[in-house]
Amino acid sequence: MGDLLSISSNLLYAAFVMYLIATFFFGGTIRDKKKGRSRVAGNIGIIITIIGFLSQVGYFFTRWGASGHAPVSNLFEYTTFFGMMLVFAFIILYFIYRLDLLGLFALPIAVLLIAFASMFPTELSPLVPSLQSHWLYIHVTTASLGQGILSVSFVAGLIFLIRQIDQSKSSKHTSWLEFVLYVLVATVSFIILSSTFSALNYEATFQATVNGQDTEITYELPAIVGPYEGELVSENAMSPWFYAPEWMHGQNAAMKLNTFLWSLFGGLILYGLLRLILRKRIAASIQPLLKRVNPELVDEVAYRSVAIGFPVFTLGALIFAMIWAQQAWDRFWGWDPKEVWALITFFFYAAYLHLRLSRGWQGTKSAWLAVGGFGIIMFNLIVVNLVISGLHSYA
Amino acid sequence: MNEIKCECGHINPEGTVLCQSCGKPVEGNQHIDGNDEQQLLNMRYDGTARRSQTYNRTVVDKIWNFFSSVKVGVWLIVITVIASGIGTIFPQEMYIPSTVDPATHYRDQFGILGQIYYQLGFHNLYSSWWYMILIAMIGISIVIASIDRFFPLYKVLKKQKPKRHEAFMKKQRVFGTTESSEVDITRFKQNLKNQRFKIFEQDGHILAEKNRFARWGPYVNHIGLIVFLIGALLRFVPAFYIDEFVWVREGETAVVSGTDGQYYIENKDFILETYDENDERFKEAIQKQGGPIPKNFQTDAVIYKRVGEPIPGAEPELEKVKEDSAKMNQPIKFGQFALYQASYQLNEFKEMTFKIHDKDNEDTNYGEFTVDLTDPETEYELDNGYRVEVENYFPEYELNDGEPTSVSKFPKNPAFVFSLYPPGDAQPETSFLGIGANIDASGDNQYKLGLVSFDVRDVTGLTVKKDYTLPIIALGGAIFMIGVIQGMYWNHRRIWLQPKSNGVWIAGHTNKNWFALRREIGKSIEGTHIEEPVDQHEMKS
Ligand code: HEM
Repeated sequence: MGDLLSISSNLLYAAFVMYLIATFFFGGTIRDKKKGRSRVAGNIGIIITIIGFLSQVGYFFTRWGASGHAPVSNLFEYTTFFGMMLVFAFIILYFIYRLDLLGLFALPIAVLLIAFASMFPTELSPLVPSLQSHWLYIHVTTASLGQGILSVSFVAGLIFLIRQIDQSKSSKHTSWLEFVLYVLVATVSFIILSSTFSALNYEATFQATVNGQDTEITYELPAIVGPYEGELVSENAMSPWFYAPEWMHGQNAAMKLNTFLWSLFGGLILYGLLRLILRKRIAASIQPLLKRVNPELVDEVAYRSVAIGFPVFTLGALIFAMIWAQQAWDRFWGWDPKEVWALITFFFYAAYLHLRLSRGWQGTKSAWLAVGGFGIIMFNLIVVNLVISGLHSYA
Repeated sequence: MNEIKCECGHINPEGTVLCQSCGKPVEGNQHIDGNDEQQLLNMRYDGTARRSQTYNRTVVDKIWNFFSSVKVGVWLIVITVIASGIGTIFPQEMYIPSTVDPATHYRDQFGILGQIYYQLGFHNLYSSWWYMILIAMIGISIVIASIDRFFPLYKVLKKQKPKRHEAFMKKQRVFGTTESSEVDITRFKQNLKNQRFKIFEQDGHILAEKNRFARWGPYVNHIGLIVFLIGALLRFVPAFYIDEFVWVREGETAVVSGTDGQYYIENKDFILETYDENDERFKEAIQKQGGPIPKNFQTDAVIYKRVGEPIPGAEPELEKVKEDSAKMNQPIKFGQFALYQASYQLNEFKEMTFKIHDKDNEDTNYGEFTVDLTDPETEYELDNGYRVEVENYFPEYELNDGEPTSVSKFPKNPAFVFSLYPPGDAQPETSFLGIGANIDASGDNQYKLGLVSFDVRDVTGLTVKKDYTLPIIALGGAIFMIGVIQGMYWNHRRIWLQPKSNGVWIAGHTNKNWFALRREIGKSIEGTHIEEPVDQHEMKS
């Protein structure tokens, strides 16, 4: 069993590295002015992507073998799987439109997702009775595939916005675009900070009262914000700058806020450094590289991925979810936060499709909608799981 | 009706934008589809007359136009999205503990924001009247918008002729002209056929069309949504939907609620299994959890059906229907009913046996009696003249503000106030007995009651469901899926070819994915000397 598990993590690691290498090859397609050469780079890029994808499929099934159930039952497993589905969706759309640049943006986002996922507990966890159903696998995998395909529209939308938005003057568009890039940078900073401190084995333990019980809360990052009325018991740990207010009384609420603050600050510093080096907006520095892409084509890729992803998402996240919920909890719908956010995603993309029917909603506006849709998907994945916990809560 | 006769001879209904036969723009109606501001024609509904675009006089017209507008539809969806999102900020009423008063719970737990949330009714958002109205309006909008568009669209696509007006051709988004005497029409048609286009011809004019059925996708999926909504509405009709709950103790048989006394369930055994803490695979996770992780909840049950009519006072005659186990994800099904493993109580007290002894000497014994905790007697007569009266019984005892109370009727923490009447003596001795408590009320009792033994058992809680709406809801979902797939994975494409004295004109239209259309046109003109048309929309932008 242990062997299978270590093979599994190695396969995941290999996939991670492949995606990184493939990104560089797709990057190579920009520099080459000559069409022929760039085709070669693009071809190598997609081949490495596919090998990476297969390796991650290998991770998935070996981990399944090790635990006895499909690895889609905690935040680590689920987010990793989502990254894999994003890569899969990219491969599909690559073969429809042969847009090399899509890889340059899609793969780093997949890499970011997998790295992000690895910051959460990765041990195997047993399935509680309500999750012991084949419908769980069917529901989660299809929903995640749908989300992956829908996310490609975010990737294309991002390319469109960076390519099209006028960077000669600052505007609402440029600020929001920088904000989106900042969020990506903050995610990077979260990954760097978490892995650094965990490599250092940093721990700060607090004694605090949670729901009337004395509990120990262990931070893995230095505490900027301590738990409400908490008392630091570890030695050699930084004492917090302030304490959480009373209403943040969940078991790990203050710790999550602390991690969040670290990521925000870390992101600011990283973003600031980038701005210092580049001496202009990040989007403005990327823009010249995208001059050769056809914005109409990118717009169509964005739309097409919603068109392909919407039915898959509906099937997985709503219909299969209802079938499973009917079996597990005797009601197909219970308005728990995770369900509601799946419904919101569904409504949001339905609105997107209807807006695309009218003139004036192609291009920039619909690219922004694609960004918003991805925001909703990530919200459902992360915020709903970590903050608004419901029945589905993984963490 | 002011009908419009086109120069091609076709008679079009009032409000037509493009002649339904040849596509010539109808003068004076171009504003309807916004064509007057654009170089290109709005081809969304092929310029048909739609009720919503034609009449706006009566109240009915106005309501019709309101609901058939996609803009309104999108607004309704957006408002629903925002409201639904707000509904997840704090837990809904059904997810807070049932013992607390929601009026104070939200304020206590979430402060002032929680109170506002409660007072605005967001704690019960999804069954609130205004949320229902939003959903109903979306439903109405879907119906009206679909009727408004489907019938005209269906007719025009049926009636369309290959021969098109020049203005129609030129104002298509994909358009090109070829001047050449060598155009190979036969090859062109063959190329189109190879790509599964259907070819229609009229005096040398060609219409190649494929996947028209994809245009019905939205209407099919909207029908699915409506069927789904109807199914959801029917749950409010009691005959369609039963949702009850039944508790059964191990070894007992209980009537299944909601079945009019038709069915009975016997609980043979309730099983709770947890994961083995020494399981190599899950060791770490179980340690982190800090307690056992459940693996299985299961009720081994026998279902009975009553035979004949119920006779008041008589024990019902039962006939075994089936023996089955209800587990999470595996309900027991019988007749139209399903029983779901939903809840349980472990180690509920069944019986307790007490004995009377001298206060100072536990080894004495003046008699024993056994209390059935689900149905205690008011008085127990012992053989040797002693008598015990049950003054008070608390199945789940708790001290509340100094007052003894019972928080439920389930014997989870039983406590009693007993009055003991020794033989002959009329003066009773009162004492309080609970788990770990044995209090002498007066302080000078001579006797004491002691617990000798007890018996526990598990109780299982099952939900009873009868749901005739499920097939309707499933049907709605299936129709919806067919519709979206039909509309999303196929696109309706048309290519027109018009012969000219020296060469041809070519135009193309698709309802989505223009790059793919141009690729198909590119393939169909291979080797035909027809020049590649351009995307006139792209040239402008
Ligand atoms: C949540 C509810 C709804 C869903 C899931 C939904 C779904 C869809 C889908 C998937 C399409 C196809 C879009 C495309 O092909 O690009 C569509 C088209 C359409 N929907 Fe909806 N819809 C909903 C509500 C509405 C409402 C409220 C209206 C009212 C105005 C409406 C009016 C339309 C119209 C007019 C079309 C275009 C039909 C055509 O192109 O022939 N829909 N809908």
